[in-house]
Amino acid sequence: MTQFETELQDVKSEVVSMWQLVISQLSKAKDSMLRFDKDLAREVISKEKRVNAHELKIDRDCENIFALFCPVAVDLRFLLAVLKINNNLERIGDIAEGIAKYIAESTVKFDKNILESTQLIRMFDDSLDILTDAQAAFENENTILARTIFSRDEVLDQINKKADGIIAEYIKASLNNINETLYILSIIRKLERVGDQSKNIAEEIIFYVEAKVLKHQKGFV
Amino acid sequence: MESAIIKSKNFSAWFGTNQAVKNVNIEIPKNKVIAVMGPSGCGKTTFLRCVNRMHELTPGAYSKGEMTLNNEDIYGMHPIFVRLKIGMVFQRPNPFPNLSIYDNVIAGYKLNGIKLPKTEKDRIVEYSLTRVALWNEVKDALTKKGSFLSGGQQQRLCIARAVAMEPEVLLFDEPTSALDPISTSTVEELFHELKTNYTLIVVTHNMQQAARVSDRTAFFYMGELVEYDETKKMFTNPRDLRTQNYITGRFS
Repeated sequence: MTQFETELQDVKSEVVSMWQLVISQLSKAKDSMLRFDKDLAREVISKEKRVNAHELKIDRDCENIFALFCPVAVDLRFLLAVLKINNNLERIGDIAEGIAKYIAESTVKFDKNILESTQLIRMFDDSLDILTDAQAAFENENTILARTIFSRDEVLDQINKKADGIIAEYIKASLNNINETLYILSIIRKLERVGDQSKNIAEEIIFYVEAKVLKHQKGFV
Repeated sequence: MESAIIKSKNFSAWFGTNQAVKNVNIEIPKNKVIAVMGPSGCGKTTFLRCVNRMHELTPGAYSKGEMTLNNEDIYGMHPIFVRLKIGMVFQRPNPFPNLSIYDNVIAGYKLNGIKLPKTEKDRIVEYSLTRVALWNEVKDALTKKGSFLSGGQQQRLCIARAVAMEPEVLLFDEPTSALDPISTSTVEELFHELKTNYTLIVVTHNMQQAARVSDRTAFFYMGELVEYDETKKMFTNPRDLRTQNYITGRFS
């Protein structure tokens, strides 16, 4: 393997490592919510710095490769994709931290009924699945798997759209724990953003592997 | 494609029994810079030398197929006429060491026995040196020997010598490989200037140079023209795996 290939491989490993951390952060944010575990929520908040450190390292490594190796063709597309994926993953890290902060600030455990009626737990599970599959698609250059993410993101969008009405009805029916109920709505919004970020990541994977630009195009598969 | 000035059709070239260029079909558009790249021994320089019939000067060398300039058969023209229309600049700057800068520029006229009035010669010298951005640097030293100039200036002098003959096409065989980065950058800037009047075909080993200066790029491998496309396309999404492997340094 040439020095250039080693550098590219190292960047890929760093991205995968960041990806695993981000999935773990989101998963722990979910667990902290379900168990109302404030210690776990605080752990997520403190580990956000590690996600940021990954982001900075990947940016720096890409910058060095651009400067020293002048990448072209598939290597150029890979690095351009990595820079954007890096940004998307960092945002998802922020989302996990944001959710953890809601848990840390809540005074009572979230009502199980509203979690079920809004499908928040399903949203969490779908987001984690999408993110995990996106990672596998990136590692294995699997654009078929990457393409499945587009329709799965739409499911999250639908859940998000229905949430407003459900939450409004809930608040009307019960004036208790309004803050916590609004936190639930905010978490739903955030998970919808995880779907969007994952969709962006899938687009970047397809750009890197197939040199196709799917951004801002409707009806792609 | 824009109007083609050079066209080759089923063109092949040999050195004795060794076929260096295999059945090349290419159209070179007018007023563009075309980079020709490929590993050593791929036939890119041989192809370039076929365009102005330098190839046939090598003992045992011959070629077959069509090569046209403005749809006229290059191999049906007088070789001297071909080289007046298609100038060439080589890897190492090669000004005539015993001639002044002035005489170097008009050497093509002298060597071909073309006599010009002094005013016309002055005009050609100033025009050619200006075209290669050398006039301001040497206008007060035109009687000095060309070999006194720096490497980069010498190469620009050689380009001026080619430009002086008012060719339609300029061939460059690794024109900056013997130059430092600043001189290289000056010559590369010249390419952008020169293409307004001429068509440039540049053989280069330097892929970044190909990417920087050319409108279209041709990739040769083992005598074949593997891929020929817009440079932007070639360096972002080449069609052929051999091209991709070459430009990404994974060639074996």
